[in-house]
Order: sequence, then structure tokens, then C-alpha cells
Amino acid sequence: MSEFEPVLLANIGKEDSHTLKVYESSGGYQAFRRVLKEMSPADVIELVKASGLRGRGGAGFPCGMKWSFLPKDHPGPIYMCVNADESEPATFNNRILMELDPHQVLEGVLIGCYATRATTAYIYLRYEYPLALKRMQGAIDELYAAGLLGKNILGSEFSLDIYIHRGAAAYICGEETGLIESLEGKRAWPRIKPPFPAVEGVFRKPTVVNNIETLACVTHIAARGADWFKSIGVPADPNNPRDAGSYGPKLYCVSGHVNRPGCYEAPLGITCRHVIEEFGGGVWKGRKGKAAVPGGISMGLLTEAEWDTPLDFNSLAKVGCLGLGTAAVTVMDETVSMVDYLHNCCRFFAHESCGQCTPCREGTSWALRMMERIKAGKGRLKDLDLLLEIGDTIGIIPGTTICGLADGAAWPMKNAIRKFRDEFEDYIKRTNPNGYMETKPVEALEVIGLH
Amino acid sequence: MATVYINNQEVTIGDNERLNGIQAAARAGVQIPHYCWHPGLSVVASCRMCLVETGTRNPETGEVSMFPKLVPACQTPAKDGTVFITDSEKVRKARAFVEEALLIDHPIDCPICDKAGECLLQDYHFEHGQPERRADIKPFTSRKRPMGDTVMLFVDRCVMCSRCVRFCREVTGTSELMVVNRGAHEEIDVFPGKPLANKMSGNVVDLCPVGALGDRDFLYEQRVWFLKRHKSVCSSCSTGCSIWAEENQDRIYRLKPRENQHINKWWMCDEGRYGFHYVHDPKRLIGPQHRPAQGGSKGEPQKVEWEQVFNDLPQALAKGGRTAVVLSPFLTVEEAYLLAKYVRSINSEALIAVGHVPVVGTDETFPGGFTIRAEKCPNRRGVEEIAKHFSGPLTSWPDLVSKVAAGAFDTVWVTGSYPHEWVDEAAAQAFAKVPQLIVQDIFPSPLTEQANWLLPAAAFGERPGSYVNHADRLQSFDWVVRPPQGARSEGSVYWRLLGESGLFRPKEVLREVAAEIPYFHLAADPIPELGVDLKLNQLAETAAGPSA
Repeated sequence: MSEFEPVLLANIGKEDSHTLKVYESSGGYQAFRRVLKEMSPADVIELVKASGLRGRGGAGFPCGMKWSFLPKDHPGPIYMCVNADESEPATFNNRILMELDPHQVLEGVLIGCYATRATTAYIYLRYEYPLALKRMQGAIDELYAAGLLGKNILGSEFSLDIYIHRGAAAYICGEETGLIESLEGKRAWPRIKPPFPAVEGVFRKPTVVNNIETLACVTHIAARGADWFKSIGVPADPNNPRDAGSYGPKLYCVSGHVNRPGCYEAPLGITCRHVIEEFGGGVWKGRKGKAAVPGGISMGLLTEAEWDTPLDFNSLAKVGCLGLGTAAVTVMDETVSMVDYLHNCCRFFAHESCGQCTPCREGTSWALRMMERIKAGKGRLKDLDLLLEIGDTIGIIPGTTICGLADGAAWPMKNAIRKFRDEFEDYIKRTNPNGYMETKPVEALEVIGLH
Repeated sequence: MATVYINNQEVTIGDNERLNGIQAAARAGVQIPHYCWHPGLSVVASCRMCLVETGTRNPETGEVSMFPKLVPACQTPAKDGTVFITDSEKVRKARAFVEEALLIDHPIDCPICDKAGECLLQDYHFEHGQPERRADIKPFTSRKRPMGDTVMLFVDRCVMCSRCVRFCREVTGTSELMVVNRGAHEEIDVFPGKPLANKMSGNVVDLCPVGALGDRDFLYEQRVWFLKRHKSVCSSCSTGCSIWAEENQDRIYRLKPRENQHINKWWMCDEGRYGFHYVHDPKRLIGPQHRPAQGGSKGEPQKVEWEQVFNDLPQALAKGGRTAVVLSPFLTVEEAYLLAKYVRSINSEALIAVGHVPVVGTDETFPGGFTIRAEKCPNRRGVEEIAKHFSGPLTSWPDLVSKVAAGAFDTVWVTGSYPHEWVDEAAAQAFAKVPQLIVQDIFPSPLTEQANWLLPAAAFGERPGSYVNHADRLQSFDWVVRPPQGARSEGSVYWRLLGESGLFRPKEVLREVAAEIPYFHLAADPIPELGVDLKLNQLAETAAGPSA
């Protein structure tokens, strides 16, 4: 594993790595030129299917399959939405790709649009990324100037325009149908499915929504082939018929209480401990690790004992986490209070819930208010059961909400309380020695602003 | 035919029907609670109250494979073999959670809430909610702000079902209402300076499943459990919306639309909804008046008893000479028929004309298909057919006025009952020279000042009978409130004058009309709740040829 040579980050570190000149000097856009010349769109879809590439945005849906859901022989237009609304806390791999190697991403967009016959691509860019906006727009301008975007690219039948749409900083806009609604100028309330975006997406036309990193991977699959891609990572688990394997390179972000936070590339399937020890340089200040978030806070929590879990699409569910998510590892050392951790998670999701579905809207804000009360020293042991009940009730996994935001809100509650119940109970008993056993309704706290 | 399984019941669904889980379950008599879904609006599946378990039954083996997650019934189509489980433990728990969650921030101010008694949040709480409140959060106070002239928003009572927002987008196309803020801070609001001001705004109050949107016209007027609702028909325009008229002790407090897919779907316009207040106007005419002729001029009006009217009027009519009758388009079919029949029984030459047909502006159709008609009367079609039956070619109100001005009649009987002023000084002057003028109306006007006989009549909701709308659909209704003391509904007056016994029985009259006049043939059977389309009869006649 140590001899793994970075693919997605290969250009990063070069001077002016964001320019077309530097990108092309290392073979950039050769894959796209070859695809355009030699392959049909259906061939590209087959290639991506064969590579086993799964979406890097969080859900891990097989990318080639998503493309093949588009209606055949549709008169068009077909749209591609590039999800660059990277808003999962502690995740910054898309930002590095967009800021330092935008052409790698745009080549993937070109290949993806060619495969899906999309003639317009919208890059939905997170508001907080001004440098990414500048670099991406600069790269797009370079492509137009070089004849790689616009009408009849390189003399072929293929035409493509790319527009950047800047979001307004809401977490829910990263949900694919929330993104579509927001792109259409509406409130980002995720849509009910069916119809799926592949059938009826942006402006009621067939649409594919792909993550930045997924499209960067497409570039390399087109350049090096499906077999090369499949040689990296973890094959499908024979005991789990729903696992489609975890192939290819992955950008792992590591942050929190480590010595060297940053974004590192590794094959899918390395362990969480590897990310923390080898990439992150271990827990900082010589302290012991306590827990780590495996893939953005919505994925749940790994205790230090679970750090040997491989970070791939299949393994995390076995230790009770929601999934790989964005593979953004956040490390907490032994000084971190899990009560603080959970309070912070609850505050984030209560703030970001779009408010459409009752269980999520009210469940997240109720959980936050309970955590505020526990933190204020008015906690009761029965609150923990209530928090678990909320966690078990809300989300698309039980089927009570439209989108997965509520699952993301539920998992930190479920993992933190189930894995660190003793700590929560100790905290409540210590801070509320006279009332922790109380089960009768207590006088309510005044609600002060939650924002 | 598709078979759907609701719990343990089988329901069959027609081939052309597209029902969701809520509608299919209703066929089996199973109510699935829901807030955001409404048959007249798009599906958003966001309140999550209608969560059920679903599955598919294999038609060959009979084996049922269940879907592992809960699904919203509103968004799940009922197809052949679809199974819905609406009462499992899992479903009950999910519902209880949603109901509990909705009440976390609800002010629970039912004692001062207009919706109490007809509130889904109340009903569902008792049926599906938790036995006790587990959230120890002090609810918000009851904030309120007007959305427009007609609707008041009680912010914290809202359950964010977004029905009102979708109504303004999809049905009226005016999009005044919107959702602002995010998460638990969400509120319904309007854009500054752009209040809720469309002509169907009152419907959002009916759509609101809780007490969040209050009707400012009805606010704090009555507790809803004191109201008695009656099926009625709106008389504000010739659309003739099916409505509920709700009254208490002979006072109408509000009108609400009654679902009728043939006419108004689920809606009614504000003009109709708030147009009933004239009924209780203190300026209403009460007590009949007679002005005996003194030489060549009309004498002073004298109050008389109704008994005197019934005694003296027939004799006056018998000596009336050339006679004309004006049928107001606010009369019911039955009343118009009885009046024409009565006057003709005395004077077989009497002219039967149609009264003033008020027209304001042009028809206004909304994106959702609802139309407010320019013709502001409920029964032009009905009275026209009656007039044609008795007098042949129609005589319109302007024609009649010019004939009256030319001195063509010795006796004219005018019916009015318009909600607004309808006759101007000039028209009234034409009647000044009529030796014997009988006016039945509800408000004083230049015409009532000329009347020899002034008979106070009924307003909206005070008469039973039938109206025929612009599209020849006949709807029957009963009275809602009694006319003020001293006024009598036109029908009861004609009934008495014709010497019929007992109370006015409009159903008998309608049967007679149906037998006498071909146009009304289809009204022979008891009229169904949603009315009958008289055109179907005409089509049949046309097909059979003119000999029929």
C-alpha cells in the first residue's frame, strides 16, 4: 500500500497546476480526445460501469448505473449537474481538486456529458469557495478559448456549455434533488422520488447529478481503463449481496486532533487507523485517541477500538456507522466530551434541516433542545432514551423522511449514545445529582435563539 | 379492474382510476390521517402523517412481499395487488411520533382558537398521539399577523403542510404565500407589500388543517360546534358553487365550499364566500305595505298584514287589465314557475318577462380551472326557460322597461331580491305611471317607492328550491335561515295565493315543472346532492329529432 502512487492528487504541488498548460503537459485532455474520437457514448457508460466506480458524494451509488438510467433516445436536452456544494463538515477534497486541479475535474465533466449526451452542465458550487470559483471559471474560460467547450468540440458532433452556479450556503443543497430545486431558483426542498432525476430532473428534463471527485475519477478511468481502476480498492463482499465493491483511489480528509491534518489519497479500503496514524501523524499532543468520525459527521462515530475498520463502502455499516460518506475523518482526543460532540452535531442538523418533513424538522430541533438542557445541567437519564427514539425514528432508512439529511442527524445520536452511554449517564448524574432520575415533566427552559 | 388490499379487506378499483393509498383506503372505510395531501393540490408527501406499510401480493401464489420501509400513502399508487397495512405497531409508532413532533412548538391555545372543534391536529392527537407530552419545552407564544384583508396567520399553530402555499401557486396562480426561514423556524409569510389578495383567498382557510390561517370575516364570531351546516348553492354568480352555509339561530356566520367536481371542485371565490352579509342588513324591508289608489295618484303607503295581502291581491289582479310579470334571476325555478302559473291562472294573457341580469366585468378563469362569472345571478337559465314556456320569445328587462314606459301595461308584478341596488331612478320612473305595481324585494329602492303592493321577500339562504347554473346544471337546496319576521319567501307567498295547503313544498313543484316543461325533464327524479345536468336531456331530444 505504501507504494500507491497518487492519481487524483498527481498534479497537486506543481506550479500553476490549475492552468490548462500545466494540465496538458502531463497528458491532460488526451483521454477526452480519445473518447471523443474512438468511443460511442454507450461505450463510455459501459466502461464506467465495468470500472465499478461508485459515487464519491456520500451515498456511493454506482456511477455507470446512474448514467444508464437516463431514458434512451430522449430528444433532449439532458443536463448534467455537478455537485460541488461540498458542505459536509470536515470535508475539503472537492475544494482541493477545484482549486488546484480544476481541469482534471472538467475533463471528467466533458467525458461524463459525452457519455450521457448532456449538452449543458451546471456546476453547483458552494458559496464559501471563492478561490474554487475563480479557478473553475478560469479553467472553463481556458477551455472555451482552446475550443474544448462550446459548439462542435474538436470538430465533432458533441457540443457542451458549462455554467457555474454559486449556491447560497445551505447544507441541503448538496442533496441531489435539493440541488436541482435550488438551481431552478426555488427553495432547496428535496423532491419526492420517483421520478428520479435521471427521468425528470432540472427543468423537468433528464438529469445526472455527480460529485466533483466522482468525475475526476472518470477522467482516470477513461485514461487508464476499467481494469486498472478495479485493481485498486476492495472487491465486493461475497456475504453482502448489496455491496458493489469499493474500487479506485479515494481522497481522505483528516482533521481534528491530529498532527498533520490534510487531504490524502489512498486506495479505498485502508483503515481509519491508517489514515490517522500514517497520514495524520497520529493524535496530537501525545494524547490518546477517543473517537473519530469516519466520513463527515452524518456518518456516525467510531470508538478508538474501532479504528481498524476499513474505510470503504461496505465495512462501516458493520460497526454501526451509516456508511463511508465523504471519507472525512475527524479525530477526537481523550479530552473531548461526547456530550459536547453530540450537542454540536445536533446544533448543525437542527440548523440545516430544510424543514419540509415533520420528523426531521421537529426531531432535529427537539434533540438540540434536549442536548442544550443536558449541557445546562438539567439532564435526566430518560432523555437518552428519548434521543435514541428520535434517532431511530427519523430518516429515509425507516422511511419517515424524503431525503437522507435526517439519517445524518440520527446517526451521531445513535452512535454517540449507544457507544458512549456511560459517559452520558455520568455527565447527567454529575451535573444534575438531584434530578437525574426524574421522569415527570420538568419545568421547561425558555427557548433562546437557536441560530 | 385492480384489486387492492387494505389491511385484510379487498377493494376493487376501476381501470381508469388512479388512486393513492389514502383514497384506496377510504374505499375500504379506513381513514389514513394526513395533513399535507389534498386531492386538489400537488403531492409533496412532507407531513409524513400518512405513513403506512406497503407491499405487493403475488397474484399466482398469493404471497405478499412487504417493502421494508414505511411509505407515505399519499405518494404510493394503489395498483393491482398493492397491499397497504395501516394499523401495524410500526405505523402507529410513526404516526404518534409525527403527531407528537407537531405539537412540540404548537401553542395549544385551543380555547381561543377558531379551529377548535374542526381541527385535524386535535382530532389526530386524540386518535393517534402520545398519551402525555414528553417534550418539556415551553411552546412559543401565539404570534399572529395578517396575510391580507381576508386571512390572519397564527404563526405558531402552523404545521407547515404548505397546502396554502401550493393553493396560491397551483389554483389561483398568484403565488402570494411562501415559506420563509428554515427547519423549525419556518413560517408562512407574504412578500412585503404583496399581501394575500387574490379573489379566492378564503380557500386557504378551508385548506388549513389546523388553526394557523383564520378567516378574518369569521374570526371569534362563533365556536364552530354551535354552527349547523346546511347544503346550499351560492347565488353570487352563475357558476352556482355548491356550498355549506353555516348558521346559528337564524344567522349565517360563514359559507364554505362543498366539493362538487361538476362545478366548483373544492373551491369558491371570496365574492361568494363573504357576499352573504347583506342577508342580515338592518335596512331589509319587513312587513308588507299597500298604497290604495286615491283618484289618479298613488296614496300614502300603509302597513298591512300578510293576511290582507292574500285576501285583496287576487281581486286586484283580477281587475288588473293588461298584466306583466318580471321573474328575477334570483328566484328559484319553483318560485318562478309558481308566480307565472298563478298570474296566468288569473290572466291568461299576462306577459312573463325575465328580470334584470346583472353583469359585472368579464368571466375570470384561474389557472386551476375555477371561473368567477361576470353574470352575477344564480338562475338566469332557470327563469328564462320558465318565461319561454309561458310567453314564448323572451322579453328582457330593458325591453320590458321600454314597454312599461310606453304604457303597455296596467298591472306589473316585479320580483327583485338582488343583494345590491339594481334599479336606477330612470327605470323606476318608467313604472311611475303603472296603475298597479306589485314589487317583491328585499331593500328599499326607487322602484319600491312606486309600489302599490310592496311585499318584503327572501334573501340568499332564506328560500328553498332549485337553481340552474350557466352550464344548465340544476341543483336543489333547502332554506338555511328563516327570513326576518315580516318578510316571506316568494315561494311561500305564491303557494298560498294558489290556494295550496300547508307549507310550501318545492319538491312537488319541481316535479310538476319537470313534467310540464321539456327542458326540466331530468329534474323529475329526486335531485342528487351534486345536481343534474339538464343538457343531457336536450342532447337526447336533439338526437331524437324535433318531433319529440
